[in-house]
Amino acid sequence: MLQILCLFIPIIAAFFMPFLFKKIRNVHTGWFVLIVPLFLVVYYSTFIPAVSKGETVIEQLSWIPSLGISFVSYIDGLSLLFSLLISGIGALVVLYSIFYLNRKKEQLHNFYIYLLIFMSAMLGVVQSDNMITLYFFWELTSISSFLLIGYWFNRDKSRFGALKSMMITVAGGMLMLGGFVLLSLMGGTFSIRALIEQAPQLATNDLFIVALVLILLGAFTKSAQFPFYIWLPDAMEAPTPVSAYLHSATMVKAGIYLVARFTPIFALSEVWVWLVAGIGLLTLFWGSFFALKQTDLKGILAFSTVSQLGLIMSLLGVSAIAYHIDGAEDTVFKYAAFAAIFHLINHATFKGSLFMIAGIVDHETGTRDIRKLGGLMSLMPVSFTVALIGSFSMAGLPPFNGFLSKEMFLTAMLSVTEFDLFNFSTWGPLFPIIAWVASVFTFIYSFYFVFKTFTGKLNVDQLPTKPHEAPIGMLISPVLLAGLVVTIFFIPNIVTDTFVKPAVVAIQPFLYSSPYDVNIHVSAWHGPTTELYMTIGIVVVGLLLFLTLSKWQKLYSALPERFTLNRLYDFTINELLGSWMTRFSKLYMTGSIRKYLAYMFTAIPVIVIGTLIVKNAFAFKFEGSSPIHLYEIILILVLVIGTITTVFARSRITSIIALGAVGYTVSLFFVIFNAPDLALTQLVIETISVALFLMAFYHLPKFSKVEERTRFKFGRAFVSIAVGIMVTLVALSSHSQKFIESISSYYKETVYSEAGGGNIVNVILVDYRGFDTLFEIAVLAIAGISIFAMIKLRLSRKEKNYESK
Amino acid sequence: MKVNNVILQFTAKIVFFIIFFFAIHIFFAGHYTPGGGFVGGLVTASAIVLLIIAFDLNTVQRLLPINYVYLVAIGLILALGTAAISMFVDQPFFTHFFDYFYLPLFGKTSLHTAALFDLGVYLVVVGVTMTIIQTIGDDE
Repeated sequence: MLQILCLFIPIIAAFFMPFLFKKIRNVHTGWFVLIVPLFLVVYYSTFIPAVSKGETVIEQLSWIPSLGISFVSYIDGLSLLFSLLISGIGALVVLYSIFYLNRKKEQLHNFYIYLLIFMSAMLGVVQSDNMITLYFFWELTSISSFLLIGYWFNRDKSRFGALKSMMITVAGGMLMLGGFVLLSLMGGTFSIRALIEQAPQLATNDLFIVALVLILLGAFTKSAQFPFYIWLPDAMEAPTPVSAYLHSATMVKAGIYLVARFTPIFALSEVWVWLVAGIGLLTLFWGSFFALKQTDLKGILAFSTVSQLGLIMSLLGVSAIAYHIDGAEDTVFKYAAFAAIFHLINHATFKGSLFMIAGIVDHETGTRDIRKLGGLMSLMPVSFTVALIGSFSMAGLPPFNGFLSKEMFLTAMLSVTEFDLFNFSTWGPLFPIIAWVASVFTFIYSFYFVFKTFTGKLNVDQLPTKPHEAPIGMLISPVLLAGLVVTIFFIPNIVTDTFVKPAVVAIQPFLYSSPYDVNIHVSAWHGPTTELYMTIGIVVVGLLLFLTLSKWQKLYSALPERFTLNRLYDFTINELLGSWMTRFSKLYMTGSIRKYLAYMFTAIPVIVIGTLIVKNAFAFKFEGSSPIHLYEIILILVLVIGTITTVFARSRITSIIALGAVGYTVSLFFVIFNAPDLALTQLVIETISVALFLMAFYHLPKFSKVEERTRFKFGRAFVSIAVGIMVTLVALSSHSQKFIESISSYYKETVYSEAGGGNIVNVILVDYRGFDTLFEIAVLAIAGISIFAMIKLRLSRKEKNYESK
Repeated sequence: MKVNNVILQFTAKIVFFIIFFFAIHIFFAGHYTPGGGFVGGLVTASAIVLLIIAFDLNTVQRLLPINYVYLVAIGLILALGTAAISMFVDQPFFTHFFDYFYLPLFGKTSLHTAALFDLGVYLVVVGVTMTIIQTIGDDE
């Protein structure tokens, strides 16, 4: 039970934060929050021994059992690694935020509630085995991240960034839900483990590719892959602890997690390999290339995150190839999944620390603009050291952990060329080339980040506040992370044995059965291999380009702003969805009732006559018709003349009189068709309505009382003729095909014996079907009272206006 | 300028009663011959309208001090109540009862709860028609 409960502990803790914030004013609320992730770290650490042996722990809590939806906490190598990242970096970020956010100036309770909800949601995403609850937590991360980005909601840019990230990630989430539903339809279960077991059968299904693409779209939007990365740079308006936590270590890796988790299901498909590897590589290059264009510290880091996520994604894509090779555990392909997970850990450490340093620089100098910064090295030595470690690790230099994973990345990319699968023989060589070029750019922006900020000339006048070293509390977290960066380099195999290998087993269950089977040994010095020469190349070319940066950085401004993806997004949101859709709506929603009636009366004949034709339902029989008498012919003539006069009359009063004539003729019809009750009622009602018409006519405003004939319009005539034809056809057809005997004989037989009456019409009205009458008099009552209300209320309003004047 | 409509007013006084009794007749005859609460109500209303035309709204309001909105409500309650009676004796909603009774003055008479329901209809129709005509007539 505790295992499931742990998913919700942060949310439960969030309930208490407002009280703690309001009641205990002189302690920073963050200290109370800190307990939660610390507890979670300790709790999840207890799983390490079991999981590193390859065991899995599962606990389940039914939510909607009838639909097979339950909260599941499924801990294997992959989810344990993510859970520890979430809680561990969560603890560091909370600690950092205690010193970053001012207790007196900020709405801390809001901040920590959002953060705790996010923590729960993230834990739920990585531990859910049930796809529906996975989606539930997935959207919860989107919502809490929306709230966190818009934390300073009185800034325009925050709101814009929050909305943008919300739109993109929620759109992706919806698509992902579609993929989940398709998968569950194919496999008959929501459980991911159960689906993995039937992966080969699933691959033969027609819907397989659709589900694959939909789920990938969800993963790509969340993990900021090309072309959905555009929300991430705008999300940098969030407070820096949020950026460090969400946009480097956890949320953006939810997509990575999803891809890793679903690899055993989808890896059999060629589309998966190409999409994940290709988009990942494209993102890697794109992000690293445009990172150099940024002038904002966090902007650089955002693009660098995009690029590194692309790197991990491409590794996962390449790892899927291993499913297609017999004996893959002995080939170099085995490195791909391993490198992906390893780099994921490394990225979380160095990127977290770099974001915190960016926050410190912002906090202590008042600006994040790299053009104003410089020469902070002597003033902020600790920050500089941490930034240096983080950047060098990001660039892939020894003795930092980024070097190890970058080497493995290059190994994996080189391995692509070795096998002639999926036409990789033609396109394969591109993989290592792009990877190398992107790595060069990564090297340059890493140097750009750290040296433009900390070396060079110090311009105190340009800075909003006088720079000085950050308080110790703020430095603890980045220093710890930087320490990890170095530690992992020196003891990589302990880390990989504990975390990476179990996770690799979760990604490639068909390849390995236990973590001990993963025969990869990481070593800092792996001999003079191609990878090493590539790294030397990266350093040399990168250094050359970095030193000449000022000469060619202007190239970026030469790229036209018009063709960026942000422009496309703005265009879609503002133009396409905003004004174009409005314009489209206004095209048919004109506000003219005449138009709407035209739509309706065009649609009805089209549908009805269409149905008559399609169903071949038209029938025309004279059997059982009564003979026609002279009266009827005369009355019909009168009726037709009255109708024509009504339509074509020049003055309105003629129309009203003609309408009255039509009404009286109808009552005469009732007389000759033996309906005395109807005739009586029709006579009286017609009189009243004609009187009301005359009154309405009399009260027409003078200035518009121009006597003019209704203008003839061909369209209207056509529509009315069509409606007339439709009604005639339907009446004729329904009259010609009677299948059921009328029930009126029952009324005739029982009107006296059962109901004690003689007038069938009246007995039906008050006895057999009195229910209808009850509501008809209710309708009358409503009409009467409405008229009363309309006239009286209008009068009283007018009187009030007079009084106020 | 006020026209002295002696003939109209005098005729109206007599004709009003003829129309009114005709309306009552139609109402009660409804169960066996053409007529009923609806037409009866309309004809009654027309009798009152005749008075309004011959005299004026205020005079008629003084003669017949009826709030027609209340009349609508009373009619609705009566109709609904009649329909609901049967529920108190374990019968479905809207079950009518009828039987023959011997009444003094009338002799053997058939009494039917449907007539009560029809009375509700009658009152609603009179009320609604008069409300509409009165409010529109009052309107400036």
